[in-house]
Amino acid sequence: MSNLSAVEPPDNPARSNETGHQDHNLLELRGIRAAYERIDVLFGVDLVVPEASVVALLGPNGAGKTTTLRVAAGLHVPSAGDVLIAGRRVNGAKPEELARHGLCMIPEGRGIFPNLTVRENLRMMTYVGRSLAEIEEIAYSRFPRLAERRTQTAGTLSGGEQQMLAMARGMATEPALLILDELSMGLAPIIVAELYEMVAQVARSGVSILVVEQFASTVLGVADYAAIMVHGRIERAGRPDELAADLSKAYLGG
Amino acid sequence: MDKFLTFTIVGLATSAIYAVIASGLVLTYTTTGIFNFAQGAIGMLAAFTYWQLRFSWGWPTPVALIVVLFVLAPLFGILIDRVIMRGLQDTSETTKLVVSISLLIGMIGLAQIIWDPNVSRPYATFFATSKPLAIGPTTITWHQLITIAVAIAVAIGLRFLLYATRIGIAMRAAVDDRPLATLNGARPHRVSMFAWAIGSSLAALGGILIAPLVPLEAGTLSLLIISAYAAAIFGRLRSFPLVFVGAIVVGCTEGYLSGYLPQNQYLPGLRLASPAILLFIVLLLLPNPRLRGRTRSREFFPMPSRRGALGFAAGVTAAGVVLATTMSQPDLVTYGRVFSVGIIALSLVPLVGFAGQVSLCQLSFAGIGAIVMAHLGHNGNPIALVWAVLITAAIGAVIALPALRLSGIYLALGTAAFAIALDRWIFTLPKFSVFGLFNIDLFQQGSVSVDPLRLFGFTFDTPGSQMVLLSSVFALLSLLVVAIRRGRFGRRLLAMKDSEAACATLGLNLLGTKVTVFALSAGMAGLGGALLGSQLSSVSPQNFDLVTGLPIFALAVVGGIGAAGGALFGAVSLAGLLPLLAALLPSVSQYLVILPGLAGIGLGRNPNGAVHDLREGFMPIAKSRIVLVATVVVLAGLYAIRMLDAIDNWTYALLTMTTPLVAVVAATLLRRERADGVVPLEWRGVTEPWTDDDVRDLDRVLGLTEVELHGAARG
Ligand SMILES: Nc1ncnc2c1ncn2[C@@H]1O[C@H](COP(=O)(O)OP(=O)(O)OP(=O)(O)O)[C@@H](O)[C@H]1O
Ligand SMILES: [Mg+2]
Repeated sequence: MSNLSAVEPPDNPARSNETGHQDHNLLELRGIRAAYERIDVLFGVDLVVPEASVVALLGPNGAGKTTTLRVAAGLHVPSAGDVLIAGRRVNGAKPEELARHGLCMIPEGRGIFPNLTVRENLRMMTYVGRSLAEIEEIAYSRFPRLAERRTQTAGTLSGGEQQMLAMARGMATEPALLILDELSMGLAPIIVAELYEMVAQVARSGVSILVVEQFASTVLGVADYAAIMVHGRIERAGRPDELAADLSKAYLGG
Repeated sequence: MDKFLTFTIVGLATSAIYAVIASGLVLTYTTTGIFNFAQGAIGMLAAFTYWQLRFSWGWPTPVALIVVLFVLAPLFGILIDRVIMRGLQDTSETTKLVVSISLLIGMIGLAQIIWDPNVSRPYATFFATSKPLAIGPTTITWHQLITIAVAIAVAIGLRFLLYATRIGIAMRAAVDDRPLATLNGARPHRVSMFAWAIGSSLAALGGILIAPLVPLEAGTLSLLIISAYAAAIFGRLRSFPLVFVGAIVVGCTEGYLSGYLPQNQYLPGLRLASPAILLFIVLLLLPNPRLRGRTRSREFFPMPSRRGALGFAAGVTAAGVVLATTMSQPDLVTYGRVFSVGIIALSLVPLVGFAGQVSLCQLSFAGIGAIVMAHLGHNGNPIALVWAVLITAAIGAVIALPALRLSGIYLALGTAAFAIALDRWIFTLPKFSVFGLFNIDLFQQGSVSVDPLRLFGFTFDTPGSQMVLLSSVFALLSLLVVAIRRGRFGRRLLAMKDSEAACATLGLNLLGTKVTVFALSAGMAGLGGALLGSQLSSVSPQNFDLVTGLPIFALAVVGGIGAAGGALFGAVSLAGLLPLLAALLPSVSQYLVILPGLAGIGLGRNPNGAVHDLREGFMPIAKSRIVLVATVVVLAGLYAIRMLDAIDNWTYALLTMTTPLVAVVAATLLRRERADGVVPLEWRGVTEPWTDDDVRDLDRVLGLTEVELHGAARG
């Protein structure tokens, strides 16, 4: 397992001690506010991903789910609030540093490099400190179809194969925290089911997962906890079964 | 056949150099999105440095080569990346362009400071003393052989780097999706630093190989590589194999042109201009590769108010009168070009600022205007001005037709190629006749004299009267520009700048709009050139060449290309401040040539332009009527005192400059007593939550009864 707790926060390390209570949360967002230019999109988001559990973040289009994930992965700097990983403040840590310490985010759309071959895409995954051989072994054993296409340009793969390649990073780099943004986008239901089977497998191996999904039903089967986001705020959070009723309300904008 | 073979070898050797330089250019462009116009200038600096080490200080060849290629050049590339280019990530195409053009200007200046241009520097080829090798009926020199071998090695090396090493794969990955590359753990800064280091090394390699074949002169050497740009475009700015093919096509064409072009008095210029013409043809014939990701831009040019525009025009005219009446004759001659250069810079505002169409050939249009004035304006006939505008506008419209399919850097390259073709070939043509009807002798192969303008029986033959004339013309044209910006045509231009595709689908006539704005802007530049010509009384092609025009473009953008004030800023800094500094600090005057370059490089930090900040700074004066009136009265009073000769020019200038500063302080103090800054109406509820006061304000502005909206807003 990677050592996410070793990420050095760029600002005063003394401050990280203020989070004295160790309650085994791998990721914690506290009062996150975020804006694009002058437009605020997150208004104080609190979210917790406990160790070895799957948290689903749900909500209508434009609620700010992607933005929340981008903040967690270091791609977007919040205008207020704290990002804590394994109890340490990592505000302002660079995405590549977080990635090297075991945070793996698979972004919305296709998380692959379309002009690189499958093998070159896998080579890009070696930045986390594993060898290409190890990565190829895991990727090809989980997704044999990728092995057949290792010299093919990734952009010419089918949508499902592309998403498998993206997902391969989540498995082959063995992250501590996996962040997934709408794996299902534009894919046939059968492939979505296959991918979520993989997600469940990864979860069983003890990886913490934060996952955003439009289709609540697909993801709630895997999730230990769920949170509903509306208009840049977490409206409700709890066990999936407790949230079923609120869910339709959130999507219908009630 | 022998001749053919000989020139094939010459062509291939040149191709090899172009290929090396172009592949460096493509490498930095694809990985960082910045098209480095200064690529040739890096090669030029490297060539000079190598000369210094090898021939001036007598270092052994391998040591000098290693120091330049593997130490200095990569370090220089890294420096450029860290200090300049890294700040350009979400700026517009124009800003990136100006920064790299400014780098070019600055580096030419730097080379001229370090290496006195008037000294000749012999430069030996590699193995110059060894006997050329025989290939069949002809021979190949060692230098040519080495050059070709180097290019092949570079091709293999690049292939290995990009496909077999992780950092190379990361470079290609960053082209596809930069944020995703960071999510994988690649350090993007390291990737771009590496690309700049290699790109700069390749430029240096090309520079050192080409330097022995041409005169060692900073400007020529920096622009010689225009052919390398053609090769890069041929490679669609991304495919290295195509870049090499392009380099061979361009290099061999040049080789055969020099071998087979008939000896003829009209053609030597064509040979010099052929790289530019080839670039133009490549741009036009090949499908333009899509430019790299359209970045959101940070630039923001507000709509000018009618009141502000009138105030600006009045101020400019007043300044012209004040300068004309207070300065000495020699000073008027020195600073007289401010407003004529200003008009040329102003011609960029509708084209670049509003329509987003980059043009690097405005000074060439000015040159055409000056020629028209010289030939048709005998005894200052003002009809020549009309002709100058009409002819340049017509040429501008013709240029717009091919330009229709170019945008961004392609348009910049295309217009630069046009400018080079003019100043290397057309402007140097000897007398020729058109259909035997009339004879044309553009610059008479040297310079032509221009008569001072006569208008309504008055001859503008003193520097003072010209200053007043030019400042009034500038003021009128600035009103025209504001009128365009506020009108329908201006909105169309802005829409086109935002998205040509969207405009086309909305049924906007892109062709008509582009042709009109090009013609308009060329006409303005032509007018400026005609007036500049009659001011200079004698003009030559050097007054209007590409390298002279680049600082005007760069400084106008630094000033803020979205408004007339930016153009004035550019002209004042170029034709006013620089000579002034040179006069005040004669000991450092030779170093001033790099200032325009530095200013342009600084643009990356403030893409809105300097005038934007100046305007914000002086805004308090305009907001307070008392202070505004007081300022004008004080300025008028000072002028009166100066006219009575009670104070000298320096005191007058100093007092005039401090007055607005004092006024700002006064206005700010006055304002402090009132309520401090309010959020503009349209931003309320967006950046801050709604309050009852906001709702009430909105009621008032919309003229609704308070109760009604109150209910609705809460609902
Ligand atoms: N780059 C951007 N610039 C400006 N606004 C943005 C940008 N990206 C997102 N937004 C805005 O931020 C808000 C939240 O967007 P976000 O992508 O986080 O929503 P989301 O919940 O992921 O939606 P979806 O389910 O459609 O993916 C939206 O209103 C969106 O318009
Ligand atoms: Mg989203």
